[in-house]
Amino acid sequence: MAVISYREALRAAMREELKRDDKVVIMGEEVAQFNGAYKVTEGLLKEFGPKRVVDTPISEAGFIGLGIGASMLGIRPVMELMFWSFSYVAFDQIVNNAGNIRYMSGGLINCPIVIRGPANGGTNVGATHSHTPEAILASHPGIKVVCPATPYDAKGLLKAAIRDNDPVYVMENTILYNDKGEVPDEDYIVPLGVADVKREGIDLTIVAHGRAVITSLKAAEILEQEHGVSVEVVDLRSIRPLDEETILASVRKTHRALLVEENKPFCGVDAQVAYLIQSKAFDELDAPIHRVSSIDAPQIYCKRMEDQQLPDVNRVVREALKVLA
Amino acid sequence: MPKLSDTMSVGTLVKWNIKEGQVVAFGDILGEVETDKATMELSCTVPGTILKIYAPAGSQLPVGAPICAIGKKGEAAPEPSAAPAPKAAAPATAVPAIPEKTDVSCIPAAPASSGSVAPQSDGSRTKASPYAKRMAEKAALNVAALAGSGPGGRVVGRDVAAAASAPAVAAPSGPLNVAVAPPADGKGIQPDADVPVGGMRQTIARRLLESKITVPHFYLEVEVDAAPLMAMRESLNKRLADAGADAIKLSVNDFILKASAEALRRVPAVNASWAGTSIRTHGAVHLSFGVALEDGLVTPVIRDAHAKTLKDIAVEAKSLIGKARSKKLTPNEMSGSTFTVTNLGMYGVTGFFGIINVPNAAILSVGATIKKPVVDAQDRLVIGHRMVIGLSGDHRVVDGANGAQFLQALKQLLEEPALMLI
Amino acid sequence: MAKPAVLTHPESLKRPAGPSDYAKDPVNASMSKAEKIALYTKMARIRHFEQRCIRIYQQGKIGGFLHLYVGQEAVAAGTISLLGKHDHIITGYRDHGHGLMVGMGMNECMAELTGRVTGCSQGKGGSMHYFAPDKNYWGGHGIVGGQAPLGTGLAYAVKYMGLKGSCLAYMGDGAVNQGAVHEAYNLAALWDLPMIFVIENNGYSMGTSQERSTAHPGCLAKRAEGYDMAWDVINGHDVYEVRAKTALALKRAHEESKPTVLEIFTYRYFGHSMADPDKTYRDKEEIKEYREKKDPVLAFEQELLREKVLTPELSQEINDAAMAEADKAAVFADESPDPTVADITKHIYWEEDNRGPDTTSRGTIIFE
Repeated sequence: MAVISYREALRAAMREELKRDDKVVIMGEEVAQFNGAYKVTEGLLKEFGPKRVVDTPISEAGFIGLGIGASMLGIRPVMELMFWSFSYVAFDQIVNNAGNIRYMSGGLINCPIVIRGPANGGTNVGATHSHTPEAILASHPGIKVVCPATPYDAKGLLKAAIRDNDPVYVMENTILYNDKGEVPDEDYIVPLGVADVKREGIDLTIVAHGRAVITSLKAAEILEQEHGVSVEVVDLRSIRPLDEETILASVRKTHRALLVEENKPFCGVDAQVAYLIQSKAFDELDAPIHRVSSIDAPQIYCKRMEDQQLPDVNRVVREALKVLA
Repeated sequence: MPKLSDTMSVGTLVKWNIKEGQVVAFGDILGEVETDKATMELSCTVPGTILKIYAPAGSQLPVGAPICAIGKKGEAAPEPSAAPAPKAAAPATAVPAIPEKTDVSCIPAAPASSGSVAPQSDGSRTKASPYAKRMAEKAALNVAALAGSGPGGRVVGRDVAAAASAPAVAAPSGPLNVAVAPPADGKGIQPDADVPVGGMRQTIARRLLESKITVPHFYLEVEVDAAPLMAMRESLNKRLADAGADAIKLSVNDFILKASAEALRRVPAVNASWAGTSIRTHGAVHLSFGVALEDGLVTPVIRDAHAKTLKDIAVEAKSLIGKARSKKLTPNEMSGSTFTVTNLGMYGVTGFFGIINVPNAAILSVGATIKKPVVDAQDRLVIGHRMVIGLSGDHRVVDGANGAQFLQALKQLLEEPALMLI
Repeated sequence: MAKPAVLTHPESLKRPAGPSDYAKDPVNASMSKAEKIALYTKMARIRHFEQRCIRIYQQGKIGGFLHLYVGQEAVAAGTISLLGKHDHIITGYRDHGHGLMVGMGMNECMAELTGRVTGCSQGKGGSMHYFAPDKNYWGGHGIVGGQAPLGTGLAYAVKYMGLKGSCLAYMGDGAVNQGAVHEAYNLAALWDLPMIFVIENNGYSMGTSQERSTAHPGCLAKRAEGYDMAWDVINGHDVYEVRAKTALALKRAHEESKPTVLEIFTYRYFGHSMADPDKTYRDKEEIKEYREKKDPVLAFEQELLREKVLTPELSQEINDAAMAEADKAAVFADESPDPTVADITKHIYWEEDNRGPDTTSRGTIIFE
């Protein structure tokens, strides 16, 4: 098994799918000649040529809409958004067109599109470039959303997304792009809707997705070393579909839950998870569910403060101890 | 009345441009209708002759009501009887009267859902986590009687686990917060101090206080001739010792446990619980017994004691006592009892009455077997081996007669111990 | 407000309907008698379908919005009558005429309006969301201009697959100020997509006249020059003219893979939707003038009578049949069942509707 970066894992997923299916097209701003704004698509133009790897103008509503239209006729576009923050100028296409067309046509039309790109704060770029729209988008039936935290999951989820016949939005994280991990050489997918217990424990369940998983794993280590607490970390991986059973099984084991995400708190993914736990595991709860989210303000530019605005290890440990009280 | 906007439900016919008998074509403007949004032209959608105008100008009609009939010249206009009549006034829908102000404070609280939980006497809500409540229900414990160690005194899972390992009986506690003068010479038996108490002691304090306060105790006492029991015990132990070195030794308490289980079989009314609005009778005898520890008491449970032999009971009791002393009892081994036996005979206590281990209906308190003069059946004064047994009963469940019958059965079994072996 | 000095409108638009300048155009001259009658029949069917809808709407059986195509028939009829196997269309919310032109049945169209499970989208789309992908008709889109990028995607897919085809994306004159339309223009021109943007200019974006909504260099189509695209203006009351000029754009798409913007001048006789009182922004006289002097269905009927393709009797027969068909569709729509509550959660995801041994995804995707 090779040890490769999250970025390389994404690239490997696209390369393998480009080879497997000639309907797959990579499209987005700077994905071809420039080798990708974050170098995720580096080398793909050279390997597959300009028909399969296509640079677009800065025109998200236009090219995302074009990708959706093409997918209706059977092309399988993998669209890169330089940042998911830019999806907001293409919102009508992403939600009204991709998300509704199957429904409004009574099942006559499918939209097998993938839209991927980073959706994270923590990079010192200010509020307009730091959005995390997974909860907003997952609140629309018709849309699927995944958030990989590790290289293994990044590759497996992206491959599953490309093979999926519904619109799947893959939210990556620029801070994770250089993280390395073991990734199998052989073909595999990570199915949508299957959460992963990244660490087992008996005293507390932490539910997280995206980079919050990495933060939570570090916090779990400290909780064990310094407080003698055994923490289980559940990585959602997929926001919609959502693996409710894995979450509930963990809570039934530990009886306490802390939810960690890099979204802002209002109606975040964890609001849904908290609802789930209280509704389906109420009698298992030994303490109220707590959340750690980004501090509720537009993303601050100042890096020192932004690092505190996002959930950090200390805040997760602190909040975990409150749940354990 | 045509629907002329997406939200229109009634329309007012402002005016007619046509008369009965007039020929109209598609698109002709027949009149004007005022909708919720605007006054709109009523354009003709069916070419023909105006046969009849049903709704005069100025009338307000719901969507769908007939306003006029268009057909072939000479055709008869249909009667609009089935259609809603023009509305002249506001709808006279009866509005239900708002009930007089209700004094909600008079409404009695609903009974507690768990049969084993007595209603709160002070009306305040016990804070307990859902998980703790569920655990407590399984262990037949009253969360209201537990000390919560969670935030704000919330009873959490670990409190229930600790309570389940705590004893059902304890020595009566002394009065609280009494200011006591220090020893006059400064050389007391121990320092004056407030010793912090652990979870087990807290639980003992709460549960027994709650039992003593909320359960109407009554007390019965009987004196038993223990001589036959002593004789049988000696004989059996001798035989068991002959059988091998690792053989068990039967204690007096083992006989009392066995006899209690048998007596409950004969008088099952005592094997029951108060369940708020009903009495819950228990099919099995789960017999708990007190084990003294350095820092408190626990009450392990022998499950299905009614179906076990004296030897089974003895072996199990010994194992549970061992576990209790090494603090290895599981919550399951400390919960779910239906009757409790306590014994202070080994300390020479001649007789006492324990506090009921809620939700049991009674507790048996066994004193020491002592030699004393008794008058035998032939009215002779002889040396007797006598044991005093007390029963504390929950009068909501058990009456004096039931309790007496139970003690009678027990006395018979102890005085003729061979009956237990049947 | 900047006003163009000279309006760039087709010559024929300035006079009442009369013999068409384009009757001799090869694309029209080559039509057989039967093809001409079929084209007239389709226009008449659109008109009678739409007029029948008014009654059903007024009976309260059609919910929400109803945007009628009456007056604009020649646009859909002329353009769509030219299309081949790999030509696709997509439009905005005024979509009934296009649906009937591609061959959708009156029954499925009417039942969709009344929200029945027998509707083309099983009662899930409604008036603004007709679809018939088997007939290369990709909707039916409710958000103004949102269909333009989708259209470029259809054209892109046709080109990617190496097929000789095109996509016609229709929009109203109100859509031309939407950013998505301009982004679509740019992509179509930049990537040489076989694309025809059809602006159905009926003069009003809802209740706002063109003068009050749009800065333009004489006509809306001319904006194409900013993207180095070909463009043309068409009298939409003359179905022959629509066919003749659309054919050129189609040839450009098929043979050069180049986009075109066509602005087709037309007129709607009814309000923007049924909820539009239609009296604040235009004169009744204006509507009357169009109805009487430029009506596209009437004009084509006259043309065919002159050509002796039609007789008054045959015309009456065609119109009576169209009316009867619309009446039958109304009954069908009335008698069809509603979708069920269980149907509400179908057709959301392909994967949920097609679960089988190969399905890999798990988890909850429809939430309580």
